[in-house]
Amino acid sequence: MALNYTKKTVDNFLKPKNIGRITNPDGYAQIGNMVCGDQLDFFLKVEKGKIKDVKFLSFGCASNIATASVMTEKVKGMTIEEAKKYPWKKIVDDLGGLPHQKVHCSIMAVDGLKKAIADYEKNIGSPKVVKKVKAIKPVITKKAKPIVKKKVVKKKVVKKLK
Amino acid sequence: MHVYLDNAATTKLDSRILKKMLPYFEKDYGNASSIHALGQNAFGDLMKAKEKVAKLIGGEANGVIFTSGATESNNLIIKGVALANRTEKKNKIIISAIEHPCVMESAKFLAREGFKVEYLPVNKEGLIEPTELAKLIDNETILVSVMAVNNEIGTIQDIEALAKISHQYGAYFHTDAVQAIPYLKVDVKKMGIDFLSLSAHKFYGPKGVGVAYINRKVKVKPMIIGGGQEDGLRSGTYNIPGIIGLAEALELAYKERAAYLKKVTVLRDYFWKKIQKEIPEVRLNGSLKKRVPANLNIMFGYIEGEAILMDLSYKGVYVSTGSACSATDLRASYVLKSMGLDKNFLNSNIRFSFGRFNTKVEIDYTIKALKGTVKRLRSFSPIV
Repeated sequence: MALNYTKKTVDNFLKPKNIGRITNPDGYAQIGNMVCGDQLDFFLKVEKGKIKDVKFLSFGCASNIATASVMTEKVKGMTIEEAKKYPWKKIVDDLGGLPHQKVHCSIMAVDGLKKAIADYEKNIGSPKVVKKVKAIKPVITKKAKPIVKKKVVKKKVVKKLK
Repeated sequence: MHVYLDNAATTKLDSRILKKMLPYFEKDYGNASSIHALGQNAFGDLMKAKEKVAKLIGGEANGVIFTSGATESNNLIIKGVALANRTEKKNKIIISAIEHPCVMESAKFLAREGFKVEYLPVNKEGLIEPTELAKLIDNETILVSVMAVNNEIGTIQDIEALAKISHQYGAYFHTDAVQAIPYLKVDVKKMGIDFLSLSAHKFYGPKGVGVAYINRKVKVKPMIIGGGQEDGLRSGTYNIPGIIGLAEALELAYKERAAYLKKVTVLRDYFWKKIQKEIPEVRLNGSLKKRVPANLNIMFGYIEGEAILMDLSYKGVYVSTGSACSATDLRASYVLKSMGLDKNFLNSNIRFSFGRFNTKVEIDYTIKALKGTVKRLRSFSPIV
């Protein structure tokens, strides 16, 4: 078996960026759970349609922490619309690759971010740019429970790998 | 500093064993199946090694079959005994729910071949109640296989009682004793063990060599066929350096047993006492009493096992989550699951396994490192 993390993954695991809570966040979401073995909580501060601050908490492995760390660094300062479209593949590239059995961590990170954005949009009522929001279907419906979502995420990984 | 606390995964080869092995690579390198003097010298040493192993485990020399390790031994015994002794009336094997994957997979193979396979449950302490075997066993049972010591939690099973029940129903008894050396005084005849598996690298011997101890009155279908070595039970050129290393390592393990047990017990107890005192929200998995002194399997609340392992690894401390074989497998430990561990705690466990070369200085370093790791990971856990 190979479980070689890149130096960047290790650095982001040992010294994660944007780790912690935001009190009174504009958006908040939890994805995964401790039964599955990984959970991420995201907190957002939004100002003028841009992500002013983003923080996360993690119950998860080294790559769970590292993927959320690099993603939050990249999406900070982005508009909500840009952040919604942030691809998980970009996280893998940023880290210089991930062991194949850990790729699902990056998918979980972007799904968690989208879920936090959805929470923000729910909080502020109807989104400002109505047209665009209609065009972009949120990946995570509010009904979906974390466990169900995890299964979907795994399937995606398998497809991708095949 | 580097601290190796993963001795249940493998151990460092003892230099005294290496010294005994070295001549067999360059000087006494004959093939033990050759008739000339060089070959026959090797054959003589092979026979001596068999006698040595047999004496140490209380068996017969002709029952000692050398293999490439315990995975092969377990495959040979479980599949070989089941396949060779199957009749219309006998078509069942029983294994425990916490066996090593090589036993599990061998049993699954037999199930696909039409055998009935039953699994013995374990209690919350990780122990098998012999009464559970009495419930499952019947006259259809060919073989019962229960590991002497579990690899993840170190619990010791009541092998004698399980063997006795097996024999009452005319079934043979096998134990995977890979983790039991030198903690248990293995005596196959006294304990009623028909088959036993060992692996040298778990007791400071070389990797790639093991023993399948076989009750030669029982039919066994060989798995590796060819030149007919080991009375046809296991073909392939005798791995003489490995075999010498295994026999010497086994002898040394029992020769130094008392001092070794004392050493690992002191280190383990000191570590566990300190951890309980200095780290909140920790729990021991499995019985403390019926457990080998080299093993601790600890649950650290609110943080994930692999993160603990990796964080410690970057500090030079090497541990494991459950067993090394399952490290890339994202599923939680089936051993802990079958003990009924709360599902919220299944992903927060670390196995520490102590050994011959560990020192108190290393343990103190590990405690310090672990405190830092747990504190850091808990500082950003969403669960707390």
